[in-house]
Amino acid sequence: MASLELRNVVKRYKSQTVLDNLSLTVADGETLVLFGPSGAGKTVLLRLVAGVIDPDEGKILIGGDDMTDVDAEFRGIGMAFQNFALFPHMTAFDNIATPLEAKRSSQSVIKAGVESVAKLLKIAHVLSHKPRALSNGQKQRTALARALVGSPPLLLLDDPLRNVDAKLRFEMRLELPRLLADRGATVVYVTQDYKEAMALGDRIAVMSQGVIRQLGTPEQIYREPANIEIARLFGDPTINLLDVKPARDTRGIYVGLSNVQVHLAGAYETAVGRDCVIGLRPEALSFVEEGAPGAIPVTVEAETPLNEKIVTLVRTVRGREVLVSRPAGTPGRSEGKAHISVDGKSALLFDHASGERIGSKNVVILRNGEAA
Amino acid sequence: MEHTSLLERILRGVALTLVVVFFMFPIAWIFMMSFQTNETILRIPPQLIFEPTLANYTALITGKLVTAAGTLDIAFMRNLWNSVFLSVTSVAVSLLLGVPAAYAFARHKFRGSEDIAFTLLSFKFAPALLVLLPLTLYFQKLGLANTYIGLIWVYQLICLPLILWIVRGYFEDIPADIEYAYRIGGHSWFATFRKIALPLAGPGIAAAGLLAFIFAWNNFVFALVLASADKQPVTVGALAFITSSGIQYGQISAAIVLSITPTLALALYAQRYLVEGLSLGAVKG
Repeated sequence: MASLELRNVVKRYKSQTVLDNLSLTVADGETLVLFGPSGAGKTVLLRLVAGVIDPDEGKILIGGDDMTDVDAEFRGIGMAFQNFALFPHMTAFDNIATPLEAKRSSQSVIKAGVESVAKLLKIAHVLSHKPRALSNGQKQRTALARALVGSPPLLLLDDPLRNVDAKLRFEMRLELPRLLADRGATVVYVTQDYKEAMALGDRIAVMSQGVIRQLGTPEQIYREPANIEIARLFGDPTINLLDVKPARDTRGIYVGLSNVQVHLAGAYETAVGRDCVIGLRPEALSFVEEGAPGAIPVTVEAETPLNEKIVTLVRTVRGREVLVSRPAGTPGRSEGKAHISVDGKSALLFDHASGERIGSKNVVILRNGEAA
Repeated sequence: MEHTSLLERILRGVALTLVVVFFMFPIAWIFMMSFQTNETILRIPPQLIFEPTLANYTALITGKLVTAAGTLDIAFMRNLWNSVFLSVTSVAVSLLLGVPAAYAFARHKFRGSEDIAFTLLSFKFAPALLVLLPLTLYFQKLGLANTYIGLIWVYQLICLPLILWIVRGYFEDIPADIEYAYRIGGHSWFATFRKIALPLAGPGIAAAGLLAFIFAWNNFVFALVLASADKQPVTVGALAFITSSGIQYGQISAAIVLSITPTLALALYAQRYLVEGLSLGAVKG
């Protein structure tokens, strides 16, 4: 099988540095998701691994062997492209068969290989069609089949669900993890969709501007984002970010939210007196009765039912807008005055100037002196 | 298609007829002339009704031109063969050299690649007459004057830049990802060139080859200066019809009809590839 290692890889185009001294290790059989906005260098990274472009500096190791100067056809990789990159002059069957032909397999082996992978991906009935006669979903499955057919130990998937409709994307998001796990291949998966990243990745590498900003399990990225930017990218609706200035009193360190002192527990000594941003996930906020401990008065502005959950936009007495999310069917307010309280555990504190998260552990919030 | 009224269709038909008549008239007139004798051709006013004769064609094919001054030998069939041989070989050599070069220029940006490509194109800028004199002198020194090899070499000035620049554009239009996908699948760059790039640029190569063929076929100046009677193509050979006893319009017309037939046939045959090339664009990306 094949692990993948990148050591201090640099790639420049003219004066622009696209990948800046990037190092990364993907264990054998692991699925790593590269997540980030467009222009972050994700696709360039995949192409370097595939061998179709060369790094300016650094090394690429596949299965422990230095592949930096090895041509693409000898790297034993399967790759699916965002734009499918099907061969327009060949039928779907011939498209899928090309990696097997390169291995000089016999006709019967090719036929069996193509048909089994086509059956798996439910495109057996369109194998005789040329790409122009295929729907987007079928094109995407054909491209995926072509990447999978040779059972490559290392699979590179460049945002394969980008150009397919929402329904198919949802289906594939459910099917892909099993499909990839069955093959036992090492997978590098590029996406811009955080739900896809969370669903598919054993680990997620969050990239921006040619640098990996954070590398961790989906849980870690969601619960302990390295900075405001990452916290904002993961989560729907997006995290609430409020400017605060932590202070200290006899009971510890607290932040003031609408004149209610919310005490924080954790290693926040350094944050006292500094300009900070507190990040509160919408699902960590809930409606409470007036007079409940830690109740913050708000005005309901708007409510959006999203089938499985209801998102409410509320305004605090200081005029700051906050999103509150609750499962559908649970009590809440849809208009007028209300009170919300902050649930602990998922609230986050960031430095205002740098955007970096403060403290290494989960934030624990004490409600007005209540022990957490 | 929107609904069109009867009037619109009639007007469109009239307009199309006018255009076709305007462009086809000279060819049609020459075709008619080729079946007439010099006397009927030169009659004033010209007449649409005449007694057709195959004398012009027999004269060309047998190679005997009977005039008032006596019988002349005409090497027309030999000229026609020369034209076919020179054009086909030149285009073949150009395709062999030009298509791989076009691929290299399209896919690999190496030092000076743009300069080399432009230099090749610049061969087409200089008027042929400007390079002919030095070329003739060199060819005489090298022993290339009045040889097929020498002529085919000079014809590369006409064919190679054309093929190179047209085909390069077609290669550039193929998304690089398609070629990457084939290589990652385990194929060498040469296999990728043969199995992916060539078939996808096929219509472009056909179009460029056809154009180059027509240019080579129609060439006059190079062949006039560098080739003597037995190596001359039809363009130069047609001069023989200007005889001491007058210009043989009938034979000239028949010669034109015979000499445009191969290019016309080739164009009609290649048409379906050209159309295919246009529709192939729909599946890109």
